[in-house]
Amino acid sequence: MGVEIRVEGLTKAFGSQTIWQDVSLTLPAGEISVLLGPSGTGKSVFLKSLVGLLKPNRGHIWVGDRDLPYLPEAQLYETRKLFGVLFQDGALFGSMNLFDNIAFPLREHTKKSESEVKRIVMEKMELVGLIGAEGKLPGEISGGMKKRAGLARALVLDPEILLVDEPDSGLDPVRTAYLNQTIVDLNAELNATFLIVTHDINTARTVPDNIGLLFRRELVMFGPREMLLSSEEPVVRQFLNARRVGPIGMSEEKDVSELEAEAKMGLDVGKLPPIPPQQMPSSGRIRPAQHAPGAWCAAHGVTPPPGSFIDDMGRNWVEEWPRYVAAMSPVAGQQPPGARY
Amino acid sequence: MSTPGIGANQRGGKKGDGSSGTLQKVGDGAANIAIKEPGRFFALCLDTFRAMFVWPFQWREFVQQAWFIVSVTVVPTMLVAIPFGGILSLQVGGLIRQLGAQSFTGATAVVAIVREASPLVTSLLVAGAAGSAMCADIGSRKIREEIDAMEVLGINPLHRLVVPRMLACAFVALFLNGLVSVVGLIGGYVFNVMLQDGTPGAYLASFNAIAQLPDLLQAEFKAFVFGITAGLVAAYKGLNAKGGPKGVGDAVNQTVVITFMLLFLENFLISTLYFQFIPQKGM
Repeated sequence: MGVEIRVEGLTKAFGSQTIWQDVSLTLPAGEISVLLGPSGTGKSVFLKSLVGLLKPNRGHIWVGDRDLPYLPEAQLYETRKLFGVLFQDGALFGSMNLFDNIAFPLREHTKKSESEVKRIVMEKMELVGLIGAEGKLPGEISGGMKKRAGLARALVLDPEILLVDEPDSGLDPVRTAYLNQTIVDLNAELNATFLIVTHDINTARTVPDNIGLLFRRELVMFGPREMLLSSEEPVVRQFLNARRVGPIGMSEEKDVSELEAEAKMGLDVGKLPPIPPQQMPSSGRIRPAQHAPGAWCAAHGVTPPPGSFIDDMGRNWVEEWPRYVAAMSPVAGQQPPGARY
Repeated sequence: MSTPGIGANQRGGKKGDGSSGTLQKVGDGAANIAIKEPGRFFALCLDTFRAMFVWPFQWREFVQQAWFIVSVTVVPTMLVAIPFGGILSLQVGGLIRQLGAQSFTGATAVVAIVREASPLVTSLLVAGAAGSAMCADIGSRKIREEIDAMEVLGINPLHRLVVPRMLACAFVALFLNGLVSVVGLIGGYVFNVMLQDGTPGAYLASFNAIAQLPDLLQAEFKAFVFGITAGLVAAYKGLNAKGGPKGVGDAVNQTVVITFMLLFLENFLISTLYFQFIPQKGM
C-alpha cells in the first residue's frame, strides 16, 4: 500500500526569486495525481523538493510521520528508499549499460544474489519493453528508451511512492499513450502513490485520480479529476482545455489591457468539453484506489458537461460502472470504488 | 525549471528602487565570493571527510579513477619534467659557473627540483589534467541529473564518487611527484654533465652534501595535499555545475584556475613551515 504525502504551506525561493509559495496538498495513498502548470512554474522544483533534493524555505512535507525537509541526512537517505523517481530524461548513469543501471539500486541496497538480481531486472525490463537492450549504453539509445529504462530503475525496489517528471516530453503520441498505460498498470499492480508532473493535457485528463495546477507562484487548485475538469475557474479551465483565451499569456500572465481587449472582442472560453472516462488498467481490473466515474460530481451536485464519461465505443461509464464492478468482482474486503466521496 | 521573471525582485516585501537594487546585487555578489562560496566549499570538505569513514570503501571506483588519472597525467608529466630539469641546470648552472662554484650544480638540482619544482609540476598536472577531467566528469553527471538520481536512490554521491576520486588523486600525486623528481634529476644531470661540461662526481657529491630525506618527505607531503585539494575543488565545482554544457565548461575552467591558486598558496605555506621546523644541512 502506498504512503500518503501531506504538503503543508510549502514555499521555495531561489535567492530573491520565489518559485511558489504556500503550497498545501495531500497526495492520497495509492492514488495517481498529476501536477500541471505552464512551463517555468516550478513543477520540477516541486518534485525535487518532495524527495528532499531541494530544501524548501518554509513548510512541511510529511511522508508518513516523517517531515522530510527537516530529517537528518541518514534518515533522509533511508526515507528516500520509499521513493522511485523518473527524471525528465531518465538520468541513467552514463558509464553503465542498461542492465547495470537497472540493477544498481538492487546491488546497493539489497543482499540479493546475482541470479536473483538478474531475474528482477529482466522482469522490470520486460515490463517496460526493453528486452534485448540490456547491453546498450545510455548514449546509444533513444529518448523514449532512456525514459523507459529510467522507469524500470525507479521500480526495482518496489517503491511506495513513484514520482514521474514529464513522462511525455520528447515522446511521440503513441509512445506517450503506451507509457501512460504502463503507469496506470503499475499503479494497479503496486498500489503505490503516484505523482506525475506534466503539461500534457491528454495525460492529465485521462490518467489521474487527482489533478493540481500551479500558476503564478501558487497552487491554484488541487483535487479530484472530475472537480478540475468541471471547474469554471478561469485558469484551470483555460489550461485544461488548452485555450488562448484566459488569464495565462505567452509570458506567464496577461495584463489587464489584454484581458479587456479579449472581452471586447467577445472572445469566450467556450463550453466545457466532456470529461473523458478514466484510463483503465490493461488487465481490465479495477485499481484499488480507483473512484467510480461521476462519483465526485454526483456527491457534490455538479452536473458534468454533456457527453461526459462516454468512451470511444459509446458506452456511458457512469451507467456501466456497477455492472463492470460486479463483473470484475473485486477482492473481498476492498472498499467499494468511489465510496470515499 | 525556473524562468527569470517569476517573482523577480521579491524579497520579503521590501522592494528597492533601481539604484539600491544594483547596490544590493553588488553586495550579494561580494558576499557570495567572500563568504558563501568558501563556506560551501568547506562544508563539502567536511562532509567528504565524514564520508571517507563510511563503510564500505569504494575500492573499485578508487582503482579505476587512479588508473584514469595516471593515464591522463604520466606522459605529460614526464614531458614537462625533462625540459624543466634541463632549463634549471642551464639557468642556475650558468649563474653558478660565473660565481666559480660549478661543482655545486648538483646541489642546486636538489633544492630546485626535489623541493620545489617537482611538487609544482605535479600540482600543474594534477590541477590541469586530473582536476579538469574529474570536474568535467562530475559536472556532466550533475547536469544529466545523474547525481540527483543517485541521491534519490539513497546513495550519497560524496561517498560514492567524491571520496574515491579525491583519494585516487592524492595517491597518484604521490607517485607523480616521485616521477618528476627522478626524471627532472636525470634531465638536470644530462644537461649538466653533457652540455655544461660538469663532472658526474661533482654533481653527485654536491647533491649528497645538501640533500636529506626530509626534502623528499616534504615534497611528497605537498603532493598529497595538492591531490586532496585538486580532488575537492573539482568535486565542488562539478557538483555545483548548472546551466547545461556551458555550465560544465565554466566549472572546469574555474576548477583549473582556483586549484592553481590554492596549490601555489599551499606550496608557499608548506615550504615556509618546512624551513621553520626542519633544520637544513650545511655544506
